Amino acid sequence: MFSRAYRAAITIPPLLWVAVFLLLPYALLFCYSFWSVSSSQEIVHSWTLDNYRQLVQVNVYWQTLARSMGIAARVTLFSLLLGYPLAYYLSFHAGRRKDLFYQLVVIPLWVSYLVRAYAWKTILGSDGVLNTLLQYVHLSSHPLDFLLYSPFAVVLTLTHIYTPFTFLPIYAALEHIPRNLVEASHDLGASPFQTFWRVIFPLSIPGVLAGATFAFVLSLGDFLAPLLLGGPSGIMISNIVVSLFGAAYNWPLGAAISFCMLALVLGLLFLSESLEKKWSFR
Amino acid sequence: MVAGESPARRRAVALRTAGGMPALRSARTTLATVSEPATTGSTPSSTSPLLDIRKVAKSFGKNAVLRDISLQVAEGEFLTILGESGSGKTTLLRIIAGFEAASSGEILMAGERLDNLPPYRRRVNTVFQHYALFPHLTVAQNVGYGLKVAKLPQPEISTRVQQALDMVKMAAYASAKPAKISGGQQQRIALARALVNRPRLLLLDEPLSALDASLRRQMQVELKSLQREVGISFVFVTHDQEEAMVMSDRIALLRLGELEQVASPREIYNRPATAYTAQFIGHTNLLSGEVKDGVARCHSLAWRTGLRDGPGLFSLRPENIRIAGSSSGTAIVRFRAQIMRQAFHGATELLQVECADGLVLSIRAASRESWTGDVDFEFSSADAVPVRASEKN
Repeated sequence: MFSRAYRAAITIPPLLWVAVFLLLPYALLFCYSFWSVSSSQEIVHSWTLDNYRQLVQVNVYWQTLARSMGIAARVTLFSLLLGYPLAYYLSFHAGRRKDLFYQLVVIPLWVSYLVRAYAWKTILGSDGVLNTLLQYVHLSSHPLDFLLYSPFAVVLTLTHIYTPFTFLPIYAALEHIPRNLVEASHDLGASPFQTFWRVIFPLSIPGVLAGATFAFVLSLGDFLAPLLLGGPSGIMISNIVVSLFGAAYNWPLGAAISFCMLALVLGLLFLSESLEKKWSFR
Repeated sequence: MVAGESPARRRAVALRTAGGMPALRSARTTLATVSEPATTGSTPSSTSPLLDIRKVAKSFGKNAVLRDISLQVAEGEFLTILGESGSGKTTLLRIIAGFEAASSGEILMAGERLDNLPPYRRRVNTVFQHYALFPHLTVAQNVGYGLKVAKLPQPEISTRVQQALDMVKMAAYASAKPAKISGGQQQRIALARALVNRPRLLLLDEPLSALDASLRRQMQVELKSLQREVGISFVFVTHDQEEAMVMSDRIALLRLGELEQVASPREIYNRPATAYTAQFIGHTNLLSGEVKDGVARCHSLAWRTGLRDGPGLFSLRPENIRIAGSSSGTAIVRFRAQIMRQAFHGATELLQVECADGLVLSIRAASRESWTGDVDFEFSSADAVPVRASEKN
């Protein structure tokens, strides 16, 4: 229907955009990861695998990466544990208030991430709301210091921020389940719990996988929460990359770590997609 | 099935299935009464009913969907709940199944309260309008779902699933997924899934409405013979009056939340209780006139009747009007009319005729090439069935 010239003309802008803003930077980054930096703070354009070797051998790098994955895993788990019941309640039991509750869950996404992270600082600090309350009701005699500037604070804040991300795809998946399937299950003798386990949950798994992927990938690369709330023990891999491109001035190493992260995330996305396909409408 | 059967065979089948005596009895008594209570039920069996619906009503907010429904379903009976959309038939079915709670009234099954049980504890199974097969399970897993949930041993589940699939002739599709089989096949699986649990009552919510016409007719026959074979009570909901007449032992006609008439197909057709019933099931001519001194008069037509004096409304079926013959008598009403329109229907045609006084009637007659001029017609006065007027809304 459309002439070949027209079709060529309309595909060129998006391709150009992707090439200039996506492929080109990645290509540059890739090149940088094989270069090195000299003692006089200059980039040396000689090809070497040294950066990748450092990533594996130097403790701080691979340990931070492992800790980041651990934090991301915990955030994913807790976000799912919070997001699923929320989505289930909204989809099956909220009735007329469904839209209102949906807005209530989604609106925090409009609030700036920075503002929410600072809010947690206020709550968790040694002079903060939580500590004051605990001492007031005599549950503790001195401020608890693990609350802030620790992995705990990072996991807590990231769970709060990413729960809507697990909620949304699970809610969408649950909404897609035809209600007559639930009635059919009841009709055949299955109690509400059996119905959930045998019918509702299996059909919602693609949503769970999508939500888990969002939460894991986004929290793995997060750098604001560990920066504000992580303290020395809560540093994540993205903070290291930021400092390597900044004060530590080792762009090649930064690039190498970035590329590892990219490969990791792409692998996860691929895995998640193939699992989702396997489980969709089984 | 519908057009081909001879009247004699249909009568024989009806006598066997509906327990013909009530039909004959009420035919004799109709002429002596103007109105008959719509919910006599004319229960064919003398044993206690399987399902007893007592004064069930249902409102959604201010909207009264069902009003004062009392109905009984006998063991082994095929009962159809017939009605237009908005009549409340699906709501009534859902209340029996347990997906809605009645606003008032109660339901008993074999003497025990049914309506205070959740749907998963009732010995009732449903075939849904759009089948509601589980997309993530195979056909065999779908059929065995109820058995698995009841924690029966696996060998027994396998045997019973196999039997159920054989009964609906779908054994070859046991490991297929519902998405891969056709609508008619899905419907059979839905049926097998319900029947494998050996319920006391099977509810069917317009299960044939999504099928095309020829498949639908075929399934009507199969469902009816299946019900005979299995022997359990079926409660079937539909808006298609022809379907209801073909399959049912009794029809419960529902209109705006109330039962208009509950009777066998033959009785509902020949002795409709109300104008709505007469018009909803088949075609009819509604004659409104006056009864005085034992004579009913409608325009220029008059015949003897045992009804009390007062206004009268009569239902006269088009096929009961024939071309005037040589016989005569007080029970035969003759009139002359001019043919206005004819609609060819194959073996018969539907004529629209106008009498001298302006009365317009529909007449079903054997097909003839052409009708000329005024023709003499006649009908037996017994075929003018008195009916109650129905409120308009």
